Amino acid sequence: MSDTLNDRESRWRALMASSQDGDQAAYGELLSDLFPFLRRFVLRRWPNAYDTEDVVQEILVSIHTVRQTYDRRRPFTPWLMTIAARRVADAARSRYARANETTVDVLPETFHGDGAKSEQEARDDQDALRRAMAILPDGQRQAIELIKIQGLSLNEASRVTGKSVGSLKVGIHRAVKAMRQALERNG
Amino acid sequence: MLNDALIRTLTQNCAPIRPLSHPAKRALVWFAVSLCYVAAVVAFMGLRPDFLSKVADPQFATEVVAAFLTSIVAAAGAFSAGCPARPVWERFAAGFFLSVWAGALAIGCWRDVDAYGVSGLLAHSDIYCLPTILAISIPAALLILSMVKRGAPTAPFVTIGLAALASTALAAAALRLSFRQDAAVSVCIWQFGSVVLLTGIASLFGRVVLHWTMRDELIASFLAHRR
Repeated sequence: MSDTLNDRESRWRALMASSQDGDQAAYGELLSDLFPFLRRFVLRRWPNAYDTEDVVQEILVSIHTVRQTYDRRRPFTPWLMTIAARRVADAARSRYARANETTVDVLPETFHGDGAKSEQEARDDQDALRRAMAILPDGQRQAIELIKIQGLSLNEASRVTGKSVGSLKVGIHRAVKAMRQALERNG
Repeated sequence: MLNDALIRTLTQNCAPIRPLSHPAKRALVWFAVSLCYVAAVVAFMGLRPDFLSKVADPQFATEVVAAFLTSIVAAAGAFSAGCPARPVWERFAAGFFLSVWAGALAIGCWRDVDAYGVSGLLAHSDIYCLPTILAISIPAALLILSMVKRGAPTAPFVTIGLAALASTALAAAALRLSFRQDAAVSVCIWQFGSVVLLTGIASLFGRVVLHWTMRDELIASFLAHRR
């Protein structure tokens, strides 16, 4: 058992060292190795997480952004676990904080709807929304287009994008918030 | 699958990077640069007229040396806190020198009581110490901030607190070398107190200053870079 752990540690250390030197194949191999390991870790630490895949992805991105902090003379697994534990705690905190927020529909509704407006006003609104959508990251824009504009259900959008339902919900929520801020900024 | 796509994106953006140097080495670099700046500040403000006689006083010398050591060890602690899984004691080692510094000030207070009685413990209002320490520490703080931002924000409050302690302790030492303020209680309250206060306030902003790059932001930046 401990030999297996030692082998794994040696292998990850070697792959990480090569990754720091820019070896893409080694980096791909390392990340693919880490994915199932981190998924198990997240499920163990936070069994009720509805978006385990999202948390694992956030951990991988974090590892990518701070890979310069890994010291080749030191063990790899404690370095990895410190980052993973911190990101799981961050994710739990932010999900908890968001649990009490209410979602707001993306398209502003008026009492009379667009039909009651002049053509010019309707066009202005559409332009403003289009501009607000343009600043969104690709993932969030895709979620808005599929769910709020094309009217797909969360499950259908999940099948199209390959993202989890939870991830789409979070994406929509963030997109709505960003668009609302952009619309307020632009008057 | 999105997971495969993410791994592919990260892999494609795996440029060679230089691992960060040992925290102690980075602390020495920061201290060397900041010391040059502090020396320039002291030269500009002028050394205190009784510098030669004061530096021979063990209590004063201990106080100043402890302030400098607190600064450099706190800087090393801040860099260490940004490297996941480094020994925790490295973060708190500055506490030892901070205690020596506080101890030297306590001995100064005791000497004042011995010389002037209880009236030796009356503190003058030296409120200017706080803005002066803050102003002197800003360039050193900006430098250490740019350096700790290269680390991982696994302990943001501790990292920013230690970075602030490193900068303000250095500024307080510079103040001791320039200003003739020797009432130990006043030094304790207005100089040491300012260092502790600024460190505490700065650490509260840890999570605002140091945060993780989010997945969407990173992927958007990759895509923007490719366009």
